[in-house]
Amino acid sequence: MSLTLENLSRIVDGVDYIRNASLTFEAGSFNVLLGRTLAGKTSLMRLMAGLDKPTEGRLIYNGEDVTGQSVQRRNISMIYQQFINYPNLSVYENIASPLRLAKMPSSEIDRRVKETAAMLRIEPLLKRFPLELSGGQQQRTAMARALVKDATLVLFDEPLVNLDYKLREELRAELRDLFRERQCIAVYATTEANEALALGGTTTLLHQGQVVQSGPVMDVYRKPVNTLAAQLFSEPPMNLIRGRVSDTELSFDEDTRHALTQELADLQPGEYWFGIRPSHIALKPANDDDLEVPVQVALSEISGSETFMHVESRHFEMVTQLMGVHQYHTGAPISVYLPINKLFVFDTHEQLVHTPSQVSGRGV
Amino acid sequence: MAEIHLKSLAHSYSKSPSGPEDYAIRQLDHVWHKGGAYALLGPSGCGKSTMLNIISGLVQPSEGEVLFDGIRVNALSPRDRNIAQVFQFPVIYDSMTVYQNLAFPLKNNKVPAARIKARVQDIAEVLEIEDKLHKKAKNLTADEKQKVSMGRGLVREDVSAILFDEPLTVIDPQLKWKLRRKLKQIHEQFDITMVYVTHDQLEASTFADKIAVMYDGQIVQFGTPTELFEQPNHTFVGYFIGSPGMNLIDVERCEAGVRFGSVEVVLEPWQIEHLNRLSSTNLKIGIRPEFIEIGLEPKVNSYEVEVLDMEDLGTYKIIDLGLGDETLKARVDEDFDARIGSRVHLTLPPQWTMLYVDEFLIQEQS
Repeated sequence: MSLTLENLSRIVDGVDYIRNASLTFEAGSFNVLLGRTLAGKTSLMRLMAGLDKPTEGRLIYNGEDVTGQSVQRRNISMIYQQFINYPNLSVYENIASPLRLAKMPSSEIDRRVKETAAMLRIEPLLKRFPLELSGGQQQRTAMARALVKDATLVLFDEPLVNLDYKLREELRAELRDLFRERQCIAVYATTEANEALALGGTTTLLHQGQVVQSGPVMDVYRKPVNTLAAQLFSEPPMNLIRGRVSDTELSFDEDTRHALTQELADLQPGEYWFGIRPSHIALKPANDDDLEVPVQVALSEISGSETFMHVESRHFEMVTQLMGVHQYHTGAPISVYLPINKLFVFDTHEQLVHTPSQVSGRGV
Repeated sequence: MAEIHLKSLAHSYSKSPSGPEDYAIRQLDHVWHKGGAYALLGPSGCGKSTMLNIISGLVQPSEGEVLFDGIRVNALSPRDRNIAQVFQFPVIYDSMTVYQNLAFPLKNNKVPAARIKARVQDIAEVLEIEDKLHKKAKNLTADEKQKVSMGRGLVREDVSAILFDEPLTVIDPQLKWKLRRKLKQIHEQFDITMVYVTHDQLEASTFADKIAVMYDGQIVQFGTPTELFEQPNHTFVGYFIGSPGMNLIDVERCEAGVRFGSVEVVLEPWQIEHLNRLSSTNLKIGIRPEFIEIGLEPKVNSYEVEVLDMEDLGTYKIIDLGLGDETLKARVDEDFDARIGSRVHLTLPPQWTMLYVDEFLIQEQS
């Protein structure tokens, strides 16, 4: 069982909502669409659901062309950012409604409603009405209704955005466990890189209606095809510094020059973008070949366990994510250290040309 | 700019509250000092919006007083309190230009035209929207609109405080960083009392010097981000701050300290001494995933545990470890690698092992 998008485009009034998207989703898979607001996540899901018709391309389900087939004929659930419930029905009846429509026996309905409600922790609320619930409880009711029937395609459009962060963390973990045992295709749209990492599965990066990259979450995270993919899939965004490589030297500017080491020996002389994740930058050198970069502190944000330090030099700025509390005055001159084996390198067309070497784990 | 004192404050939406469960805010005393950058953090339904509305004057508290610099303002309207508010969704006039939007609150207050011009220019510069001043607001992006909305709060020089109600919810994560940084710089520059309501701990802790954590109508802790992280004085703070939150385990007394099942946890002498003076059996120990130490060799007071699960979050990993019948979460760095089912040695460093009695932290007397 699979759903394939073949060169799918949707153009409305000359504006590309989706341009030439080709993707395959397998049964039993969890797929995250990651992109900024207006990247095309909702448009793509609406095409998959059959709510909108593509301008070009085909939608293939189990080998059958389902392009243009109405959503009613296919077994699909969709969960929106704004929770939608029937205000005149109890929570129980809201969740039961798709099963009643399918004329399921009441004993089976009762079993499923209670099971789903328990999973989403709304069992004590079954007799209440939606308007008597908090926003989080209403969204969980809407999610329960979507999950209670065995849909073959379940689409989540930023379902947790309106919930508080702790509840999100819990629901995320539960969703992941839940879909491990299901044979449906789950598609989940989010703007948050950390959410994509936490959910796992397959990640598809979308930007301005186009697929930037798609693959198993860790492959996409570890090998971003270009600077855009790298920026989209890291929070805070990956730092990018323009620099150059000569036969003997790597330099960011006149203050930052380093002898070229084995690690970057595969680079031809020329101009490059060097990418480093905020969490890989340190205040002390860990290895002899770490790149020392003199900078000034712009701002320290302390989150309790971590410090996000914004630093700048004449030619670039960076964000560092440091464990522990580090307080510096604005303008303080310091050095930060970039481990050379954690550097991403992109060419001037912003395409990845060098992936950091795999660091060996402290294996057990 | 003002000091905001909430004195014996309580609020119930019910006309005849019969018990504590009828109160959105249970009786509390709290002071927001002049010029501070504060966050009010808690889950939905904890009472934080009620508290914000009481400060701004949108809600009249059913009990207690709201004092601005010692003067009772309970009966004053939001306008007379000189409070600026920035909401989740930008509140701006789409048909006006950015300049007109920013000038609007000043015109209303009959500020002289020359002063308006200078002030709008200043604020636009700080927010980096000078080049947008003559654009119609409806043509702005979401984050630009929210900047204008913030600008409308900042532009008045006579405000007592600025209240932010989840102002970054509609902003993309990538831009949140920039706006938060901007807000922090503005606070440093203008030295104005700011209260920032959010359910996002990261937003709260990066913006605020001190955070009030609300739970069930009460402020359970008011402290710096580091204090909330290192010394949560209520189990709720331990759970709510941190991702994942603190490991909390129900325990009972034993010779060495406390135990759960057959697992004994050695406590510090002062913790045991304190415990002996109390009779409650609602006891928990708490330790943050960041403070659990994991090694390949046994150490003094270490436990051999099984690796049950491992979650790769890119910059770090969370591993689940089975200790007795409990599962503990530990945070390890991204290079850590262990097979599921393998065994490692776990240590609970005494200085990071917290003891909670009736959900409150037992603290060392200094």
